[in-house]
Amino acid sequence: MGTTAVVERPATRGSAPARRRRIAGLGILVALLVIAAVLSLAVGARALTPAEVWHGLFAGPESDRRLTEIRLIVETVRVPRTVLGIVAGIALGVGGALIQGFTRNPIADTGLLGVNTGASFAVVSVIAVFGFSDPFQYVWFAFLGAAVAGVVVFGLASIGRGAGNPLTLALAGQGITVFLMAMTTAVALSNQASLNALRFWNAGSLAGVGFDVIWPVTAFIGAGLVLALATLPSLNLLNLGDDVARGLGVNIALSRTVGITAITLLAGAATAACGPIAFLGLMVAHVARYLTGPDYRWLVPYAGLLGAVVLLLCDIVGRLVVRPGELDAGVLVALLGAPFFAVLVWRGKFRSA
Amino acid sequence: MNVTEVKPSLPPGVRLGRVSFVWRPWLLSVTLLLAAAAFLVFCVSIAVGDFPIGLPQVIATIFGRGEQVDRFIIMDLRMPRALAGLVVGVALGVSGAITQSIARNPLASPDVLGITSGASAVAVFLVTVSGGTAAAIVNSVGLSAAALAGGLGTGLLVYFLAWRRGVDGFRLILIGISVSAVMEALTTWLLVTADIRDVARAQAWLVGSLEDRSWSEVWTALWCGLVLLLVVSCVAFQFRPMHFGDEVAAGLGVRYTRVRAVLLLCAVLLAGVAVSAAGPVPFVALVAPQVAMRLARCPTPPMVASGLVGALLLIGSDLVARTALPVSLPVGVVTAAIGGPFLVYLLVRANLR
Repeated sequence: MGTTAVVERPATRGSAPARRRRIAGLGILVALLVIAAVLSLAVGARALTPAEVWHGLFAGPESDRRLTEIRLIVETVRVPRTVLGIVAGIALGVGGALIQGFTRNPIADTGLLGVNTGASFAVVSVIAVFGFSDPFQYVWFAFLGAAVAGVVVFGLASIGRGAGNPLTLALAGQGITVFLMAMTTAVALSNQASLNALRFWNAGSLAGVGFDVIWPVTAFIGAGLVLALATLPSLNLLNLGDDVARGLGVNIALSRTVGITAITLLAGAATAACGPIAFLGLMVAHVARYLTGPDYRWLVPYAGLLGAVVLLLCDIVGRLVVRPGELDAGVLVALLGAPFFAVLVWRGKFRSA
Repeated sequence: MNVTEVKPSLPPGVRLGRVSFVWRPWLLSVTLLLAAAAFLVFCVSIAVGDFPIGLPQVIATIFGRGEQVDRFIIMDLRMPRALAGLVVGVALGVSGAITQSIARNPLASPDVLGITSGASAVAVFLVTVSGGTAAAIVNSVGLSAAALAGGLGTGLLVYFLAWRRGVDGFRLILIGISVSAVMEALTTWLLVTADIRDVARAQAWLVGSLEDRSWSEVWTALWCGLVLLLVVSCVAFQFRPMHFGDEVAAGLGVRYTRVRAVLLLCAVLLAGVAVSAAGPVPFVALVAPQVAMRLARCPTPPMVASGLVGALLLIGSDLVARTALPVSLPVGVVTAAIGGPFLVYLLVRANLR
């Protein structure tokens, strides 16, 4: 291979203390996720105490007007938002870790692959053509657009010798992004409804999506996760190089196909539901690798949990910083992720082939 | 990732007193042909419109011998737009040639390096935030100058962030992509929070357009462009040996760090001038140098020819954008439609080598 730029740490698989430490780490991440979820339920334009959140979640119908109002806020606004944050965060985190594994490319990120703009373009186009107004109607087209763009960029970047070069994928993604962005703008400029839908959808937000969208999206993400877990053992072997993996009995083509399907399902569904959220997968995959080492069977679950925690926290911070307005989670993730990426570049974590 | 090979045969040198240069008949004839073609497209662009004027009259009027009516339509109505196209095209072409030569990567262009997105972010900020200070800035220095400052600021930021015992092309591109992502996130956020009428205005500006240029805007761009091109042509001689690597250049007496910094600054300013005059027209800076390089059969992008191809491309695209389709589109949509496939071609080619 010779083009892998991930700095591999020696695998410490098998030693019992390391194993115990990793399980403890998973426990800590789950605890963090629970804390983030509770915060996400409590924080907002109307701050709630934990007792009120508890009440809103579990108490029966009330005659008290104040408590009914709390129930309403928790049920219709905070719960969907939190569930979507967890689901999309896990999807983007796992997607990011997988894509870095399958491309052996530390710069790979589902958001940099043109998946976002593919979805934007599809959304804007169907609104302009069919006049859709309900997210439930256009979410499917967003999914389709994301999948097509992702496959095209991925395909372009994996042709021939440049496949392992980190730059190729980043540039292919950037190029397709600029292209689709201009096309999107062209459509949006000629159609007021598209323009309005685009600017809200485009920021990457967890707000305003109901369970009618969240459940189907979760189903896709669930399917993606199952496929992802199935590829993990062969992914470890693939990272030893194609020849070694083949020698050890891995069906490379099958494993790659399954992997790309999983990535597309995860990133496409998450993007369809929340809009474009770039850098999240990239960021958490690196942190996960730092915490667990290169074993993907540990790395991927860590990345998924971290993704959910970071996305929820960004969403919460976004509700607080520009009150009474809100800063969308996608914008905050980018503001956090881009400097992170720059630091990785600066420290020489990526090298050209 | 240089795309063409260096020809082994050495062309003859010419020495006139202290000035010496290499005699390349092919490059010279290609450049002259491109200049003629650019002038022709420039004239056609002026000739075509709601009130068509014959090419001979256009040329006569440009050289000051036209009739009164033609002179009014040409000089007052159509010339600013065509001239803006010329200036922006040349600026983007030369800027792209410089950045591609410095990064030694055919895919490095001001778009990728974040310069255009920085300029856009500043412009969108001023368009959408209709507060006292913003309005005062727009009134006093103009949107164009503010965008220019934004582009310059972002360019400097990328340069300093990429600086680590010298600037390496690979790091420059990756930092550029990440800074560009931050700027895009900020732009998106501004668009979300803004009034819908401002958004349409900002969005139209964001895709790159030559509509409604006034003479005053064109003059500013023209003078800035000319001064910058003069600086580039003075320094460009020192730049040639740098293709052989920093050590060889140093051995030949080139202060490569300084030359590179000056040229990069000029490239950033040229891109800034272009953005401030026409908005972030995508892909011209990427495509023009590559086309020029292939036409001129040079190992690196030739500056003059790149500028001419840029002008040809931009004025031609503008012509197509306003005449070929039933609705008049911004020029950026057409350049993106050309540039997207071209980028794909570049990537695939570079990978298959």
